[in-house]
Amino acid sequence: MLEIKELHASVAKKEILKGLSLSVKAGEVHAIMGPNGSGKSTLAQVLAGHPSYTVTGGTVSYFGKDLLEMSPEDRAKEGIFLAFQYPVEIPGVSNSYFLRAGYNEIRKHRGEPELDVMDFNKLLKERSKVLHIDDSLLNRPVNEGFSGGEKKRNEIFQLAVLEPRLAILDETDSGLDIDALRTVSDGVNKLRSKDRAFIVVTHYQRLLNYIVPDFVHVLSAGKIVKSGGKELALELEKRGYDWVKEPVAAGAAL
Amino acid sequence: MEPVEELATKEYKWGFVTDIESETIAKGLNEDVVRLISSKKNEPTWLLDWRLNAFRQWQKLKEPKWPNVTYPPIDYQACSYYSAPKQNVKKGSMDEIDPELVKTYEKLGIPLDEQKRLSNVAVDAVFDSVSVATTAKDYLEKLGIIFCSFSEAVQKHPDLIRKYLGSVVPSNDNFFASLNSAVFSDGSFCWIPKGVKCPMELSTYFRINAADTGQFERTLIVAEEGAIVSYLEGCTAPKRDTNQLHAAVVELVAQKDANIKYSTVQNWYPGDKEGKGGIYNFVTKRGRCAGANSKISWTQVETGSAITWKYPSVILQGDNSVGEFYSVAVVNNRQQADTGTKMIHVGKNTRSTIVSKGISAGKGQNTYRGQVKVVKKATGARNYTQCDSLLIGDRCGAHTFPYIEVQNSSARVEHEASTSKISEDQIFYCKQRGVSTENAINMIVNGFCKEVFRELPMEFAVEAQKLLGVSLDGSVG
Repeated sequence: MLEIKELHASVAKKEILKGLSLSVKAGEVHAIMGPNGSGKSTLAQVLAGHPSYTVTGGTVSYFGKDLLEMSPEDRAKEGIFLAFQYPVEIPGVSNSYFLRAGYNEIRKHRGEPELDVMDFNKLLKERSKVLHIDDSLLNRPVNEGFSGGEKKRNEIFQLAVLEPRLAILDETDSGLDIDALRTVSDGVNKLRSKDRAFIVVTHYQRLLNYIVPDFVHVLSAGKIVKSGGKELALELEKRGYDWVKEPVAAGAAL
Repeated sequence: MEPVEELATKEYKWGFVTDIESETIAKGLNEDVVRLISSKKNEPTWLLDWRLNAFRQWQKLKEPKWPNVTYPPIDYQACSYYSAPKQNVKKGSMDEIDPELVKTYEKLGIPLDEQKRLSNVAVDAVFDSVSVATTAKDYLEKLGIIFCSFSEAVQKHPDLIRKYLGSVVPSNDNFFASLNSAVFSDGSFCWIPKGVKCPMELSTYFRINAADTGQFERTLIVAEEGAIVSYLEGCTAPKRDTNQLHAAVVELVAQKDANIKYSTVQNWYPGDKEGKGGIYNFVTKRGRCAGANSKISWTQVETGSAITWKYPSVILQGDNSVGEFYSVAVVNNRQQADTGTKMIHVGKNTRSTIVSKGISAGKGQNTYRGQVKVVKKATGARNYTQCDSLLIGDRCGAHTFPYIEVQNSSARVEHEASTSKISEDQIFYCKQRGVSTENAINMIVNGFCKEVFRELPMEFAVEAQKLLGVSLDGSVG
């Protein structure tokens, strides 16, 4: 569903992604790992269409369409979901209202009728039960006054409601204690399906004990320098990032 | 951070002109004009004298220069002070009203026809200088409630008018209030008798139609002991290149245990993108909690006008009386607003709450100006003020001028203020969930205003939310 070829992107005129290629098929879970500053979050933001990032080269095709030509909201409507590393607060707007706005936009886009408040709240209740999420969260303003763990759980909850085709998790594990990590991972595992792909961006191997990936890619200096199965993550945990970094440094000098 | 992308500008959809023959008096202002207005309304001598007295005081007063707004000098001789659609003197029956007028109000969403009118709202429709229709009058009359145009009240209830006119806003109160006192043409009068709870919303819809005229209306609401009333005010005007003056006076009197709730959705034409045209809205609104345990609550949503100068206030005279002010003021393009409130604590254990939400977009300038005064004998007075500003884009401004004057050591006065900006990240977060920039801004702004909107009557709150959306269109850059 997603084909990234030789992607170059920069933020504040600094090039971060330097020719990244990646192919993702439906049903797959890809983990993107790498040291700080390697471009993991940039990849997530670029795929979602954040305006601060400029694509300077390469192509991204999503179900055969040019993703880079699409506005962020159209990408969302086409089923791309980004679980933010730092979810944003929107004071005064309840979680359920916010989600319904997005949900109905997506339905409209698909040519399906919008859900009214009653039906939508029913849906929210169901989903929150499945994910073991306290439904008092639904009536609180979006992320306002949420703890770090609540914010991340809320992101996964939104994922469950919006049912994307491609979900990108940007360091969803950062700042989570072990219990929260488990809830979040359980949620994600429940949402895995043959029609849905995941790109899981993480710094630590720990998360991958819970969300077991089909592929692991190591990102360094804006490029994927090594790809493998889930064992690669364990090896990285043991040996650190330095052993994969080397060839890239040489490559960068070319 | 990248600027949020520019949105398409929607039209001010109330900007149409009604083609109707009007009688407009010659431009200019002098004692003869005051006499002419008074005679057109067939007023008693005491009222003419009251007007003339106000006019003489006005000549001595100076236009206030302290508001944080700028505009070229107003030529008070270049405007006409009275314009009325030509029709037979106001009739009780709807059949006799010019169909053009009925059509105008229908277009504005205010059906005047008794059959079609909103079920729970009584409307007084003011067109330029006169009230053209008042609905639900008979029904209210049975309850002893008086709801009619000001002119009619002068004829039918002169004692009440004489007793209360100028009792809250004296004719020499300020430059614009004096001007209004001299030339006011019409407006609404409500009187709720002792112990009566008004069963429906009373409302006045103000429409300026004629060019180069000012609108100077007066509203007077009196709630006798234990009476309860909720009143709504709406206003629009056609799009014109020239500025028009609107200088109204609103007086509220709440006797013992009475409760008045006054809501405004102000949507005067704000001028175009470059700041050409629009209404100068210079209004004096004040309520007096005259009796013990009385309550006056102002809620305003200010989205229109080129310039707004307005401070709905409460004098808390009765012991244990309560004053409230909830405000949303939006400025976009080149609009300027200097608005806020005054809470004057006189009685014991009086309480006041001020919640002000200012939204600035485009090149708009928004000023909150508020005064909380606790006099010496006002033991146990309490005030809570919350004043929040939201900025959209980086060419607008928000300013706050709170004045606090406390003369009693038992008083408790709190002031909280915040300024925030709609961030690129908030918008992106919404977009990532499928919500367009326009709807994202709407959602964020409505969230910001929530505390005020929930004070509005239901139907009004929905209107206000929609209005906010229209007002902020094209605001982001």
